[in-house]
Order: sequence, then structure tokens, then C-alpha cells
Amino acid sequence: MSAPFDTAKDADLLDQQVHAGSLVAASQWTLIWHKFSRHRLAMVALVVVVLIYLVAAFAEFLAPYDPGKFDPRHTFAPPQQIHLFLTDEEGTRFAPHVLGFKSQVDPKSFRRLFQPDPEKVIPIGFFVEGQPYKFWGIWDANRHFLGPMDKADPFFLIGGDRLGRDLLSRTIHGTRISMSIGLVGVTLSLIIGLILGGISGYRGGLIDRVIQRVIEFIRSVPTIPLWLGLAAAMPKDWPPLQIYFAILIILSLIGWTEIARVVRGRFLSLRREDFVIAARLDGVSEFRLIMRHMMPSLYSHIIAAITLAIPNMILAETALSFLGLGLQPPIVSWGVLLQDAQNLRAITQAPWLFVPGICVVVAVLALNFLGDGVRDAADPYAK
Amino acid sequence: MSDETILKVRNLSVDFPIQKSVVHAVKNVSFDLKRGETLCVVGESGSGKSVTARAILQLVAKPGAINGGQILLDTGSGEVDIVKLGSRGLAIREVRGRRIAMIFQEPMTSLSPVHTIGHQIIETILLHEKVSKEEARKRAAALLGRVRIPEPEKALDRYSFEFSGGMRQRAMIAMALSCNPEILIADEPTTALDVTTQAEILSLIRELQRDRGMAVLFITHDMGVVAQIADRVMVMFRGEKVEEAGVFDLFERPQQAYTRALLGSVLKLETPAPRPPRPTAEKPIAKIENLELHFPLNAGFMGRPTNYLKAIDGVSLTINQGETVGVVGESGSGKTTLGRTLLRVYDPTGGQVMYWPSNGEPVDIATLNKAGMKSLYGEVRMVFQDPHSSLNPRMTIYQTISEPLRTNTDMTERQMMDRVSELLSRVGLPPDIGDRYPHAFSGGQRQRISIARAVAVRPRLIIADEPTSALDVSLRHQVLDLMRDLQNEYGLSYLFISHDISVIRYFCDRVAVMKNGKIVEVGDVVQICEQPQHEYTQSLIGAVPRPDPRLRADAPQ
Repeated sequence: MSAPFDTAKDADLLDQQVHAGSLVAASQWTLIWHKFSRHRLAMVALVVVVLIYLVAAFAEFLAPYDPGKFDPRHTFAPPQQIHLFLTDEEGTRFAPHVLGFKSQVDPKSFRRLFQPDPEKVIPIGFFVEGQPYKFWGIWDANRHFLGPMDKADPFFLIGGDRLGRDLLSRTIHGTRISMSIGLVGVTLSLIIGLILGGISGYRGGLIDRVIQRVIEFIRSVPTIPLWLGLAAAMPKDWPPLQIYFAILIILSLIGWTEIARVVRGRFLSLRREDFVIAARLDGVSEFRLIMRHMMPSLYSHIIAAITLAIPNMILAETALSFLGLGLQPPIVSWGVLLQDAQNLRAITQAPWLFVPGICVVVAVLALNFLGDGVRDAADPYAK
Repeated sequence: MSDETILKVRNLSVDFPIQKSVVHAVKNVSFDLKRGETLCVVGESGSGKSVTARAILQLVAKPGAINGGQILLDTGSGEVDIVKLGSRGLAIREVRGRRIAMIFQEPMTSLSPVHTIGHQIIETILLHEKVSKEEARKRAAALLGRVRIPEPEKALDRYSFEFSGGMRQRAMIAMALSCNPEILIADEPTTALDVTTQAEILSLIRELQRDRGMAVLFITHDMGVVAQIADRVMVMFRGEKVEEAGVFDLFERPQQAYTRALLGSVLKLETPAPRPPRPTAEKPIAKIENLELHFPLNAGFMGRPTNYLKAIDGVSLTINQGETVGVVGESGSGKTTLGRTLLRVYDPTGGQVMYWPSNGEPVDIATLNKAGMKSLYGEVRMVFQDPHSSLNPRMTIYQTISEPLRTNTDMTERQMMDRVSELLSRVGLPPDIGDRYPHAFSGGQRQRISIARAVAVRPRLIIADEPTSALDVSLRHQVLDLMRDLQNEYGLSYLFISHDISVIRYFCDRVAVMKNGKIVEVGDVVQICEQPQHEYTQSLIGAVPRPDPRLRADAPQ
């Protein structure tokens, strides 16, 4: 005999808790936070997501170098290890440093082989002067969070790529593009999805059927060939920024369907709620009914839908760029970086080229966990 | 009735930890259950009566846990402490179903919809006893026959959704009885049922209990049901046992203040509230004539429906100024639909509803256009059944109550604030709670807020759709008295929809009895309640359990 009473009990408990005093005057956001904060995995994910977006926001400052700075002497340089203490004739002291490279060319394969050179001590530090950059394209600055004391020294924390560019700097700059693609793309999808889904759910009838069939059609088209087609149709001579926005639009043209469905479903069920009927019988106008009485019940669901849609956007961008049809260099995104990891040579000689892939996995997982947590907490009044 | 005790509960405590605090759902409750007797546990919502029942079978929902005490079950060969058995394992499963069976409030969710009724009963029998499949099937059919399900052999192969609510509850009882339990725990088994079905199920339980000498622990909130079936009664309040007594003693000589208050509020509803006499010349405010609402059931040939669901099937009813007209009926009778159709939540498919506005000519609501309806929303208002769903959880009390003022009057924000505080104190709530959200209030308080919203714009007619059904009995007459006061103050008319004869009798002047979308009888409330003419009304009135054990067949003289 399974118990049909668990959920009712929970509602009772919330009631009792409320009457116990602490939540008497709490607004719905307080209640949502209350529920969300009990979801541990989602809390961890929230911290990770915030950190990733902070990295994206302060990319120029956090990256030791400009993403385009190349160094032909250090192609495929391996990651350097940070040493905290230096031992020399004066004894052992605290002096964080990395070691420079001894390089030689393998006569058989013509590969450049790197060995750490204990003679070449490269002192590193926080807030060092380095390459000048324009912070957010506005302020001139030259301080970097972490870097070599002398900006001419090589510094490859997670290795270098085939042109001797610092992978860490490129990954950090890629974070900005990849994460913003997700955010802006979802905003576009949200606008389309909210309008079409709202009309579909509130009006019902013929217009609902038409919109639903369109959504089904779009979702039935295989996405990769569709993207490929659309991306191939883009003129090659467009500037990178224009391509960036074109990719955004292509991604959101498909992304809106999911959000439209969520919104429609909520509108359909809200329309029959007693409190909506009650508002209608108060003589409330249709516009006010939707904006004032129905929309607030949707906010939390929309936030959940957004957090779950962002990772799809990021994955889509990564896939497109990986195939060489998305963003084009010199724009750096995780997908663009992964292009370098396409061949066998990368896997055998420079496995660190996969680091942007790890970033994708971490970001997508964190956003998914966060979305799950928000979705569970979205309706604090759920019975 | 033997005096042998089969179940002893001693100092039972159940706690529900939430956040940093702990809710003591059951506090130190002790009672005995004897073989062959019916012990009713009665209390209002939150009294811990259901939790007590579930604790006996170790079915307390997480995070709740039994926190002390003993539940001693006499197995014939010594006593077993159920608390020590834990909530899983062979030992407790041996007790569940086999020695103690349970039936729940909602028969729809307690039966699996993907297995036949027979499959579920046979499975239970096979689980607990070593018999062949054929033997189990025979026994299952006999059980269904025993609970008076017609054609038991055929019923075995049906699914639960093919049964009505009452039939499902019978099947549930058959399943509970399949292993000859010594104790039957019934947790509000008739609350979700119509009153005529409730009477059948109650008499069935009582009959089965006598035949088998089962002990029954019956959980209910309904004093009428208690009076009908209990041998002894235990009253609970906020997790504590208030009083335990024989049913006749309890009703005649309640010892505790809480029991007296509870009985008092039940008995208050037994007699009609004093009403001023109706004027001889009635002036109608609304006149429903041959109202029809038919929903097409299938598209049929060429999109023309061939069959209709007649939710309202030719209803005529007049509501006079200052009068309270009750509409009573069982679920599915169309009474709620009728109320909603009057405000055009659904558009009627036929007939008319004449309404006499405060100024101007009478209008036909059934065919009124949007603008015309809008002007009526301030005069005709609605109070909903469920105060939890009719208040927007995301709006404060002030926002909710001021909404009709905002759309129907041109008051300033300042004036609306004053009016809302005035309304709040009028309905008996503190005037300064406008900035709180609905979740901060109990059901009764929320219903008061709903009433404040309804009367905010000085309406003339209020359609009240079961406004007291979701409330505890001690709150019902309070809400009704408030509505009565407001009626006298504002000269309101009510269309009062309810399934509960006692609130209708308490509150209404006239009453219409609905069945299958039709009105079968209309008349003065006293006349309908005392001398019902129509056969259906008679069975409806007769089935209402009266809170007076002396009316029972086995009452001592």
C-alpha cells in the first residue's frame, strides 16, 4: 500500500513552519532561496557558475598574456610547474618561480623537445606588470593577476599551443566568448519563446495549434546539418564580430522552442487556477491579468528554463566552432580552441590542448545542476 | 463485545524535524483498542490523528519519526512492540496487511490504475498466504461479493478507473480484508465520498466489523460520523489526547473544554440561524430561466457532435433581493458549474439569466457582451471553495483585496489603503496585515480575506461556492456568521452552493436540490430538510450522519 499522503504532509509542514513565525512575512523570493539553499549540489554549482562568470568578466586582468601573443620558440611548450621555494647558494627561501626550458630538436622527427632548465629561474608574482591591454575596451592597464616578473620570460602554466601561444590566457579569454554566447543567445530565445509560448498558451485554439506544429517542425530538423547549412550561408568576408552575432541568431532560432513550450504549459495550467478566475471576476483587464497576475508565477520557471538552456547554447557553439563553421579566429572561444585538438598529434604530444574541453564539461555540468536546483525551488508553494 | 485488549499504545510521540525546530505531531498519546470495538479518533486538521494511525503501521512519512513510546500488539502468543520492529523488514510486513490493515481517504490514489482490481487483491492474498492462484481468485471474488460489489467475478478483471468512488473504496476495503486482519485502521475513508455513498460505506464497515469481530480504529473529523459508528471516542487537539470516553458519554457529558467547544460548533449548525422574516412582496435580483450548458463529447460526423455532456440541463431559479438561496447536490450534480456560468466563466449554450442592476434596466447575463459583463463584476461577486488556490500566492493581501477597487472604482492609493484596513478589521483580521502573503495565514483566515475581497466593492449578489467546505468545523459557523452579518449590513443576496446539508440549513432561506444538472426540488429550507418531497432529496437528507448517537439503531434507551 503506497502512501498517498507524503506530499500533503510536506505542505502541512510548510504551513506549520510558517506559523512557527520565521516565514510569516516572507516574500516568494525568500521562500525560493530558503528551498534552494537546502539543495547542496545546486549551491556548489552556483558558486562554480559565479566564478566562471567572474573569470569571463575579468578575462584581460586574469590572463597572463594577450590571447594572440605568439612565441615561435615555444611551440607546444609543456605546462610548467610552480615552485614555491628556491634553493641556491644563499640557502632556501620563499620565492615562487617556474623554470625556463632547455629545448633541443629531435634529429629524427624534427620535433622540438622541452626540458625544464633548473638554471633558468623565472620569478613569478601577483599583480605583475605585463603586456598593456584595454580593460573592457575602455581603460588602459598593464597589471595582470598572475605572471612572470619580467614579461619577456616564458610562462606556460597549462602549456602552449602550436604557435607558442599561452593556452591559459586563451582559455580565459575563450570563457568570455563561450559564456556570453550562452547568455545572450538565451536572452534572444527567451524573448521569442515568451511571446510565442505566451500567445499559444493564453489564446489556445487555432493559433496554439499552428505555433505548436511550427515548434514540432523546427525540433524535428536535425540540428547539426541545419546549423551547418545556415553557417555555410554566411559570407566569408564578414568581420568576426558580425559572425559572432549571426551565430547567436542561428542558435536562438532553435533554442526558443524549448522555452516556448515551458511558458505555454504554465499558461495553460494557470488559466484554470482559481486565483486567475478570481482576478478575471474582479474585472481586471486582459493585459493586467497576464502581466500582474500570471507572469509573477512564471518568473521562477523561466529562470529555471534559462539556466537549463544556457548549457545547450554553449555546447552548440562549441560543436559548430569545433567543426570550423562557427566562430573564426582571431575570436577565441572554447570551441575554437578545441579545433587544435582535432588531430592525433595533439593527443599524443600535447594533451593539454584538451583543457578547454574540460572547461566546457565543468561549465555545462555546473549550469545543469544549478538549473535543477532552481527548478526544484522554483515553486515554493508547490504541493 | 469482549474486553480483551488487542492493541495498547503507550506514550506515543511522533516528531517532524524541520529546519532548526521540531514539530511534535503526536505528544505522549496513550490508548487501548479492544477486540471487536470501534474507536474513533476525532480532531481538526493538524491534531495528529492521522499521524497516530500511520505510526501504528510504521508508515510515518519522512522526515517524521516515532520518538518514543510503545505500540504493543497482542499476537496471541505474547505482545510485540511495533515501535521496535522498525519501518522495514519482514517483521513489520508480517504485521501490515496480515494483522493490521489500513484504508485511506482517497481510493483513487490508493489503488493502482494499471492493474486490475482482482490482480491487486489476489497479489495481496498470495503475498501473505500459501494458497494456489485459483484458490486466491475464488477468495478475492468472495471478498468483492462480501463488500457488495455486483457481479464480483467480472469485477475482478476491471480496472480501478472503471469504478466510481464508492466502488473503489469498497474494493479497497475488500483488499484490506483479504488476509483477515484483526485490526482495521480507516483513515477518513469517507471524506472524499458523497454523503449517500458515505452512508453505505459506513454501514458496510460496521457490518463487517460485527461479522468478523475486528477492532476498528476510525479516523475522522466529522462528529456526525463519530455519532453513527463509534463505540468509544478519543478526541485529539494539536497532537495531544484531550479526552477519551464512550460515545454516549462523550456526546452527553463532555468533560474537557475543547470537546465542549468542538461539539458546540457542530451542534450550532444543527439548528438554523435566526433569520428575519422574508417580506411578502419579493423583488427578484436574478432570475435564471431554462439555463443550459452542454459540452460536446465527440466531434462526430462532419464535426457535428452527436453526444453532449449536459452539465446544466434546463435550470430555472430565482434569487430575490436580500435572500440566501442554497444549491445542494452531490459531486457531479453541476452546482459549481451553475455558479460559474452565472458569471460567464463558462458561456451557457441556452436559456437566460435576467439580472436587475442597481440602476437601469434588467439585463440578460447569458448573452451580455464583454463591456456589459465588466460593469457587472463590481455588483456580482464570487467566493471560492478553496482559499488556498483562490488567493494569488505571489500577491500581498493588500494587492489582492485592492484589485477589485482598482478596476471598479477610481479610488486613490491612499483611499484604497484605508478601505482595505477597514475591510480587514470588518472580517475580523488585524488591519495591518496588508503587506503579508497568503501563505502566512490559515485556511479560515484566508477565507476571510476572500470574503473581504468579495465585499470590497459593495456588491449586491455574491455567489459563494462551497466557502466552508475546506474549513474545520469550528471555523464553519464563524465564517457563516460573518457572511450573515455582512448580508444584514450591505443588503446582500447570496447564491450559496454546498454539498453539506447542515450548513445549508444553518445559513439559507430557500434551497434548490440539484442532480445531474437538473433541479429536482426547490423550497423553503426548513420544509426541504424536514419534509423532503422528491425521492432523491429524501435519500440525500436521510444519509446525512447526525451528530447525535441516540439516533442510532443500537442506542440504549
